Amino acid sequence: MPELMWREALNQALSEEMERDVNVFLMGEEVARYNGAYKVSLGLLDKFGSARVVDAPISELGFAGLGVGAAMVGLRPVIEMMTWNFAILAMDQIVNNAAKLRHMSGGQLRCPIVFRGPNGAGGRLSSQHSQSLEANYAHFPGLKILAPSTPADAKGLMKAAIRDDNPIIFLEAELLYPVKGEVPAGEFLLPIGKADLKREGKDATIVTWSRMYYFAEQAAQMLEQEGIQVDLLDLRTLKPLDEEAILTSVRKTNRVVVVEEGWNFCGLGAQIADLLQSRAFDELDAPVERVTGLDVNRSYAAVLEKATEVSAERIVAAVKKVLYREEGS
Amino acid sequence: MASAYSKELLLSMYRHMYLIRRFEERAAQAYTQGKINGFCHLYIGQEAVAVGTTEALRPDDYQLGAYRDHGYPLTRGADPRMVMAELFGKATGYCKGKGGSMHIFDVEHSVLGGYGIVGGQIPLAAGLGFASRYRSDGRVTVCYFGEAAANQGAFHETLNMAAKWSLPVIFLCENNRYGMGTAFARVSPMPEVYKRAAAYGIRGEPVDGMDVLKTYEAVKDCAAHCRAGKGPVLLEANTYRYRGHSMSDPATYRSKTEVEQERKGDPIPKLRQWCVEQQKFPESEFEAIDVEIRATIDAAVKFAEESPEPSLDELHEDIFVEPGDPDVKPRERVLGMKVDWPRHPGPKDYRVTWDLEPREQAEVAGEKPGLKKPARA
Repeated sequence: MPELMWREALNQALSEEMERDVNVFLMGEEVARYNGAYKVSLGLLDKFGSARVVDAPISELGFAGLGVGAAMVGLRPVIEMMTWNFAILAMDQIVNNAAKLRHMSGGQLRCPIVFRGPNGAGGRLSSQHSQSLEANYAHFPGLKILAPSTPADAKGLMKAAIRDDNPIIFLEAELLYPVKGEVPAGEFLLPIGKADLKREGKDATIVTWSRMYYFAEQAAQMLEQEGIQVDLLDLRTLKPLDEEAILTSVRKTNRVVVVEEGWNFCGLGAQIADLLQSRAFDELDAPVERVTGLDVNRSYAAVLEKATEVSAERIVAAVKKVLYREEGS
Repeated sequence: MASAYSKELLLSMYRHMYLIRRFEERAAQAYTQGKINGFCHLYIGQEAVAVGTTEALRPDDYQLGAYRDHGYPLTRGADPRMVMAELFGKATGYCKGKGGSMHIFDVEHSVLGGYGIVGGQIPLAAGLGFASRYRSDGRVTVCYFGEAAANQGAFHETLNMAAKWSLPVIFLCENNRYGMGTAFARVSPMPEVYKRAAAYGIRGEPVDGMDVLKTYEAVKDCAAHCRAGKGPVLLEANTYRYRGHSMSDPATYRSKTEVEQERKGDPIPKLRQWCVEQQKFPESEFEAIDVEIRATIDAAVKFAEESPEPSLDELHEDIFVEPGDPDVKPRERVLGMKVDWPRHPGPKDYRVTWDLEPREQAEVAGEKPGLKKPARA
């Protein structure tokens, strides 16, 4: 199987879908002549022309809404946000229009649109460029939220997202774009709403998504050295949440750690902890632990930034805590 | 005197303006009786804008607007009973009672919604225009918005894109002079909205929105401009709402004299009088229309009153589209009618021939940004 970088896997997905369906177009800042701020759209302008790969002005609200309007009448826009931080300017169009069109029209309209771009930290970018915003979008009915971790998952879910008839929030990560992995060539789709058990173990469950998967995998390897085996559940889709996959794992391990890059307060991990207390209370042998970003604005200074981040060491400590095997206890 | 307008057109204009007027008056009455709730923004006084516009368009041209949205669907053939039922929050409404007064969608008649966030519909119109150019379908989009929406960022962002890409959109500003209770000139250094077209290098002009024929002519001309690929137009229809911003607004911020003065220019008697005096149409024809419309509205209210509430099963419907889900066709769902539903081209049905930004154009534009060197004296 060919090994591709994340950005190449996404490029392949976009290219294949644009080839397959003339209604698919890509719009965003720097996607065309610049070949994408992170080179996800490399070569697509030459291949598909300037009406299908469109350099937008710096008007996130405007071109997000343009995409929604085009989707209302049967086009299938892929709207690139240079980062999700900038998409905050487009919240009105995503939340008030895209997410509500089907409902407000009483089922007359559909809105097949993908909003995609990097989410989370890029490294030394201070407060405004480092936010993990999945919890914000997950709050609203009418949006599906995807946050894959591997290049293969990114390709399979991007193709599925473009073919889905609902508005999709597709979360990538700047630090993932150069990450490599095996990616199936050609027609490869993954189901939206299905988590992937990336590692199996009997002692505890780590639930995570997106870039945090790599920290969790590293932690799992460290734990293995100490004879602790974990289920590593990569959610891939945050909404609709694969509740069954989470519940199945907890029934086996009875201990859960949720890892997310974003802030603790009202983070998605809180929702998962609630799912566990309401639907698997009797299965739990320890309170659910959450490993999250620190609840502060992110700093530029290296030492301050590092202290706000999730690390494999913090995940290891959390797993040991749910196993009541804390250092020094 | 021979008219440039057919009798059929003139009577249709009168009929639709009167239909909206009576519809809105009865909606106001139902609101005070507690049968309609929430926000209810009446179109009374502004009828000439929607009617003149619709008569100037092709039936498949897209229209969308803000939350003062009862008028546009009625001009296009929406069933008044189902619009009224939507206002009543009944299952037989256009949107199953889920949208209410502010969100009337009648996709069958290319009415793509009423939107409740000021200016939020403006970017959508660029998307509709983009789709028309992308597929070369020759459609024009009319985007209604109030003058106060022109102060939103969405207005600027959209007109900038629409102008640069020559999208076939008529941005139709209905200037009724007040953004809720704030007179537009109080918050706008340049209160003539059409003048802002100059900032985007597009055509911009005002029209007397209290005159249905003038509005009709202006929109017809703008639509031809758009269809000829000459880009968008910013058309400002100067109009006036006789009622408050919504049913809950007593409109104490303007004088009685002002409203009385504006009412003298009422577009409905104005057209009727012109037809009778200049065109020699018999009064009796108008009287017959009035009787017919009053019966139509009585039937609409009766239908809405007698319709069932939505079923609780509807709560979870229309949040996500599941594979194989059809789109809901309101008149088919409610009245059992066979309807002609708009179909969108499939994955292989066409090729995109539009070159949105020819390479040479991009290169030339890239060379000349910023200040030009001043010529030597």
